[in-house]
Amino acid sequence: MEPFDVVAAGDGALVLRCSERIDPDVNAWCVAVASALEQDLGTAQRDVVIGYCTVTVYFDPVLVDSVWVEDRIHAVAMDVRIEEQSEGGIVDVPVCYGGEYGPDLADVAAYGRCTADEVVTRHASQEYRVYLVGFVPGFAYMAEVDPTIAAPRRPSPRTAVPAGSVAIAGGQTGIYPAVTPGGWNLIGRTLLLPYDPSRREPFLFRPGDRVRFHPVAALGMGSDPAVFAPPVSKRVGSDPRADG
Amino acid sequence: MLTSVQDLGRWGLQARGVPVAGPMDEYSHRLSNRLVGNPSTAAALEITLIGPEIRATNDLLCAVAGATFPLAADGHPVAMNAPFLLRAGASLRFGSRERGARASVAFRGGLDTDPIFGSRATSLIARMGPFDGRPLRAGDVLSVGDAPSEHRHQGTHLGFAIPAGGARVRVVTGPHVEMFTPAAYETLFRERYTITPQSNRMGYRLEGARLAHRDRADILSDATAIGSIQVPGSGQPILLMADRQTTGGYPKIATVISADLPLAGQLAPGDWIAFKPCTRDEAHAAARERFGPFYGSHR
Repeated sequence: MEPFDVVAAGDGALVLRCSERIDPDVNAWCVAVASALEQDLGTAQRDVVIGYCTVTVYFDPVLVDSVWVEDRIHAVAMDVRIEEQSEGGIVDVPVCYGGEYGPDLADVAAYGRCTADEVVTRHASQEYRVYLVGFVPGFAYMAEVDPTIAAPRRPSPRTAVPAGSVAIAGGQTGIYPAVTPGGWNLIGRTLLLPYDPSRREPFLFRPGDRVRFHPVAALGMGSDPAVFAPPVSKRVGSDPRADG
Repeated sequence: MLTSVQDLGRWGLQARGVPVAGPMDEYSHRLSNRLVGNPSTAAALEITLIGPEIRATNDLLCAVAGATFPLAADGHPVAMNAPFLLRAGASLRFGSRERGARASVAFRGGLDTDPIFGSRATSLIARMGPFDGRPLRAGDVLSVGDAPSEHRHQGTHLGFAIPAGGARVRVVTGPHVEMFTPAAYETLFRERYTITPQSNRMGYRLEGARLAHRDRADILSDATAIGSIQVPGSGQPILLMADRQTTGGYPKIATVISADLPLAGQLAPGDWIAFKPCTRDEAHAAARERFGPFYGSHR
């Protein structure tokens, strides 16, 4: 168990907070607690959202007593066992690095005092953990990037980052699911979009997944579904429902 | 003009980054639906500052609640907060806004767009929902669903006093109390803030006395509740509203209570907002008082 406290975010949400750091063990515990809370609270929760080191439970403040929810959070968190932790899936992402797809690759190389090829090698030679999914549908915050290429956010964000852009900001890396504003350093692009409503499983990532990037020579290469398929998850996505 | 289709929001997928969206003034959304006999979950139009012209191709039972406008159906004045019939071929027109910022227009049967993940709410930030998540524009055609089998509208609902020029709303402190100085809380509860033009359905950028952090102004990203008052390094707060993104990296000094979010939703750029602390118990009691009448057998 991780040390935690529970604080209110208004009258319709409670936040379980662990010590604030990017730590795979803390995050894995949060994933396990979130999953157990969804089960335990059933329809008393309307959403359970994982942060780097937090779990936020949303509920209807008219129908559900927050003191009761707080008690349940404490009880469930004390009771979560390590074997209940979900290991998540492995997601393989083909990336066409550099050129028009990675306009900031040279800047990251300058930051790392290395060549662009070395940035690609360092970025693609390790596995990343998905810590949380947020910002826009499907956007996964992955960490931790090799500190030698962990270039900070750009001083002024772009107004429109192309969908599928693979980017670095400090120790975090991610893939832009749609055209959005964004301040991260763009180093490549993939056709495997984090959110694709036409896909059987529209969302590619969930917290706890592990991600591997594979350099490919041209955009679209490596998209063979036999090799690069979204993970088949044992868990079914949370049940979206209109709320009363 | 900004008109969009909204229901009570797309809950259940924030862990996948899907914003909740939904009405800026949930009370008026529920009220307009109630007045035409719909459940609160029915989709209605949210109009902002300026009303569109709505032409009926069939007879429609309509109701408008929230920001006050002079209304005319087929050229004849009709009242807000009461059902009226819009005949096939007739138009509903809105005069100049009198008070408030947003009105909900409900149609008996509810707007019948294809639900996305179980909801008809429009998220402008995620471009998700009816019409690919964009605001409505002239020429768009919407269908209305089958009328509910029973009409359980009982009594009259006067709603709440729609604010003119500004509002004081209640907040629960936190979640990041320890990241702010006591002086920051004194400031927050003493000063009035102005809603700047850089405000929309995602959030209101406020301008006023600076709120001081104890040391740092960023956190590891966590979930962002509606009504959160997040404070970036500038010390100028941002009030997160219906179409907020699901997570954020700024500390949140306080959170507007559910019962007072409709008041906040009725504010426009240039209006003032002030904050008053309350306890969680008071917040729950206020939520039950505000929304309780819409619950029960006919939600």
